[in-house]
Amino acid sequence: MLRIVLRRLGATIPVMLVVAVVVFLMLHLSAGDPAAIIAGDNATEEDIALLRKSLGLDRPLAEQFVQWIWQLAQGDLGVSIFNRVPVATMIAQRMEPTIALTVLTMTLAVSLAVPLGVLAAWRVGTWVDHTIMALAVAAFSCPVFLIGYALVQQFARTWKVLPVQGYTPLSEGLVPFLLHLALPAISLGLIYTALLARMTRSTMLEVLGEDYIRTARAKGLGVRQVLLQHGLRNAAVPIVTTIGLGIALLIGGVVVAESVFAIPGIGRLTVEALQQRDYPVIQGVILVSSLAYVLVNLLIDLSYLLLDPRIRY
Amino acid sequence: MSIATTRTRIVRPLVVRRRGLLTRHPRITLAALLLGTLAGLAIFAPFITEYDPMTLAVTQRLRPPSAAHWFGTDAYGRDTFSRTIYGGRISMQIGVSVAAMSVLIGVVVGMLGGAIRWLDPIVMRISDGLMSIPAILLAIALMSLTKASVATVIIAITIPEVPRVIRLVRSLVLTIREQTYMQAAIASGTRLPRLMLRHILPNVLTPLIVQATYICASAVLLEAYLGFLGAGTPTEVPSWGNIIAENRTFVQLATWNVMFPGVFLALMVLGVNMLGDGVRDLLDPRLAGRIGK
Repeated sequence: MLRIVLRRLGATIPVMLVVAVVVFLMLHLSAGDPAAIIAGDNATEEDIALLRKSLGLDRPLAEQFVQWIWQLAQGDLGVSIFNRVPVATMIAQRMEPTIALTVLTMTLAVSLAVPLGVLAAWRVGTWVDHTIMALAVAAFSCPVFLIGYALVQQFARTWKVLPVQGYTPLSEGLVPFLLHLALPAISLGLIYTALLARMTRSTMLEVLGEDYIRTARAKGLGVRQVLLQHGLRNAAVPIVTTIGLGIALLIGGVVVAESVFAIPGIGRLTVEALQQRDYPVIQGVILVSSLAYVLVNLLIDLSYLLLDPRIRY
Repeated sequence: MSIATTRTRIVRPLVVRRRGLLTRHPRITLAALLLGTLAGLAIFAPFITEYDPMTLAVTQRLRPPSAAHWFGTDAYGRDTFSRTIYGGRISMQIGVSVAAMSVLIGVVVGMLGGAIRWLDPIVMRISDGLMSIPAILLAIALMSLTKASVATVIIAITIPEVPRVIRLVRSLVLTIREQTYMQAAIASGTRLPRLMLRHILPNVLTPLIVQATYICASAVLLEAYLGFLGAGTPTEVPSWGNIIAENRTFVQLATWNVMFPGVFLALMVLGVNMLGDGVRDLLDPRLAGRIGK
């Protein structure tokens, strides 16, 4: 088991290396002078020259890259241009709300989408299927902010049962924490549920067409047993894969939702960095979120071992 | 099916046949109607509304929807209906350009990767890396380094979409490569460029058309998100994301300024998604599980 984990972990290195190269090259090959970008809009010519020298930007590109990667490997994501705080510290401070929102949305979406998808596949071609799928297309065509503002209008302003915006850390109690995350998680969750329900349905449809399903029906097993034990069990691996791949999309949604609901997470941090043209922070956020994506998908890969005993790495 | 259609064509007049097509594919019809209306409003905007989307009218600030201003006015007194229908122009332009560009680049790179064995692992590793970066973050990073314009937004949205096309094309090419007609073509000495253009390309087109519509939908959405976050087109451009971003602070006071452009955005994305689903089922029902969101 340990060997499998280590080997899989090793396989993530090339992916992360590509991410690093992309992020590095984006800054260095973009139209502007990286020193001028890092120095900010108000820097003088001398500031820029000084910065170029101190950051080693006058040295060859390959040498700079190796040095930068070496720093990254030690967990050094660089320093914010705006307030000179290490990027790693800034990201760590803003991590909690983002993780909380992502996990909550995911839990909500998975617990709704899988039953809906299975139901639609079981009742394929009927009005149940058509209704679920029509709602799904409508939901994932809606922008996060539209659902978000509509929910705020109804739940927070008209009925006044949930807070309009903001965030309370978990350390200040579970109830206020959940109340503040309810609307953002529902807004994002609706969209994500729609995507997952669609994928669950199409995967289940494929599985339900298999011979062993007919055999199970023929030998007189009940609907629930056929659907769950024979159907869902076999559809689990592709469904879980979709959930993992969807995380990149979910992180994107979280960035927008944090702006709608004024949640001080990674997404807000990115937007603030964008306004200040604080490229090292944006770069750090990309590296951390890609790493999160890669690691979650690694965990999902490993979960196949539990979901499907036929799979061996 | 082909025999039936041929017979109807002979016996019945054209109108009846067309109605048959519409009722047989209600989703495509509905999508076409929706998109046609939105496109019509955007294209003929100057003839539909007398208000200029940019003209300020400070005395008319934050008026609720009325007969004079159908969708109300914003904090500068600009007509929201006019801004909303003009905003459709930006979205359409970006959606179509991103879809076309990402498919074009994706096809070339994906086919080369699928056909040339040593290139394949390199292309795939780069795609894997790019796909692990959330599209919106990659686009924000690109926008933070360049001057905001419609063209840079198109590029910033295209780059994250390309690897998805590459993956699709490559997976199709790998299947096609093993077909007997490919072996026959190779055995009879067909060269690589001809193999790709005559034997592979026609077989990847159908799924690509469907994929292109999905990319178009996600590009329209992503453009609005970028505008909303302040990383989109220049703020003076009336794009839906920009309109919503400008009016966020007044959302409690003047909901209409956020809701109307938001609903238009949702309708356009819905239209494109429905078109994609409809075309997918029409062209090849087996694709249902293979591509899509």
